[in-house]
Amino acid sequence: MPTSTTAPRPFRPAVSARSMMLLHHVLDRRIPVWHAVASGLRKAPLLYGAFTFGERVTKERLFGCRMCGQCELPSTAYACPMTCPKQLRNGPCGGVGMDGSCEVYPGTRCVWLVAYERAEAEGRASDLRRLQRPMDQRKWGQSSWVNYWLGEDEDLWTDDSSELPARR
Amino acid sequence: MTFERNGAEPHPSLREKLQQGDFVVTAEIGPPRSASLQALRRKARLLKGCIDAANVTDGQSAIVRVASWAGCVALLQEGVEPIMQLQCRDRNRIGLQSDLLGAAAIGIPNVLLLTGDHPRFGDHPEAKPVFDFDSIHLLWTARTMRDQARLLSGRQLKVAPSWFIGAVENPFAPPLQFRAERLGKKVAAGAQFIQTQFIFDVPIFARFMQRVRDLGLHERCSILAGVGPVKSLRALEHMCRDVPGMYVPEEIIRRMRGVPEDRVSAEGLAICAETIQQVREIPGVSGVHVMAFAWEDAIPEILQQAGIRRGGTVGVH
Repeated sequence: MPTSTTAPRPFRPAVSARSMMLLHHVLDRRIPVWHAVASGLRKAPLLYGAFTFGERVTKERLFGCRMCGQCELPSTAYACPMTCPKQLRNGPCGGVGMDGSCEVYPGTRCVWLVAYERAEAEGRASDLRRLQRPMDQRKWGQSSWVNYWLGEDEDLWTDDSSELPARR
Repeated sequence: MTFERNGAEPHPSLREKLQQGDFVVTAEIGPPRSASLQALRRKARLLKGCIDAANVTDGQSAIVRVASWAGCVALLQEGVEPIMQLQCRDRNRIGLQSDLLGAAAIGIPNVLLLTGDHPRFGDHPEAKPVFDFDSIHLLWTARTMRDQARLLSGRQLKVAPSWFIGAVENPFAPPLQFRAERLGKKVAAGAQFIQTQFIFDVPIFARFMQRVRDLGLHERCSILAGVGPVKSLRALEHMCRDVPGMYVPEEIIRRMRGVPEDRVSAEGLAICAETIQQVREIPGVSGVHVMAFAWEDAIPEILQQAGIRRGGTVGVH
């Protein structure tokens, strides 16, 4: 069941961007073992279900993950854009209050502002300039780790903001 | 490529005027909450000749009103060049592309593509927000439809649209340092002109424009500075309190409160005219976008006070 039925609400990540950036090196898809693990999980529905459940529980706690199945966290300093009430994948809307509040939940900090501050602190503000493609709404509830390791979300974003080329 | 293009464009159009380097004026017209477009037609006749094009808003503040495309058709009939606003709150990618094609097919030359206000602010807060796309996805899709005659799915269009594509940006919403970069993303995705949020604080806007120039964005995209008159102290309070992304500095509030009650609207008008004069001096600003909600009648007077003289007739010929 996708968690898309409850209203998204900005979530402040429970872990630092730096630690997640380090962890990302360990989970890098270029390490062959992860491709093998992901292929194995795909072939075993029960294991895939258990793995996906584990991913959901962990990422829900840490990032407010909603299981969109196409994780943008590595390019947002690990602040989840799917917790934005408008689910914007390309940066903050124009409604952010002068105090940094989300326009829909006054008093809660805009998740994109959190992303910007975290990215800036790590010297990675340029990550936010990347152009994020439209989502594939069929992937809700899937394991984004498996999708990542199998290279299925390779074209989620562009390298920089020079141009957004046509897909395929 | 050999595909045909569609979309009747008046001459000189908004696009052509910006290419020539004219200082352009666009205005916002809110469509009525009614099954009649008489009020919108009246506003169009009033503004014709003193503006270059008019936006028809699309479910602004998440309140139901006549559809933007219908308002645009009325503007075409009245001889005012329309800019159709289209937002992602109410439609998924199928609906958005269908509406874009519809706009081109009935001859709307300009589209302004935005994410849209959240339903929470509107008259149906219980509605399901769609947001299948954000504004950047929509810009990119519109550009692909026009330049490659293809839908997002890759399917070919028999006749490609030829719109002039616009977007919005708010220079006053945090993170301020990122706003010009975000504009850069919109330009990379396909925006050719930008209308900004209301400017009441010119120094903040000037710093934003400095960054825009540093990134060279003003050469790839025309920047229209958003301005608007405040009619009353009640309207001022409403703006400060209820409108998301609106920033009114203390100085403006003091100035509005400092005049006798019968002079408040004249003061609001004067502030707007002064703002136009100030933003016009900022390098990289190609025009102004005047937003006078339910006070469109004031626009000719504001432009006159700001010293903007309109040469020649304007509109569809």
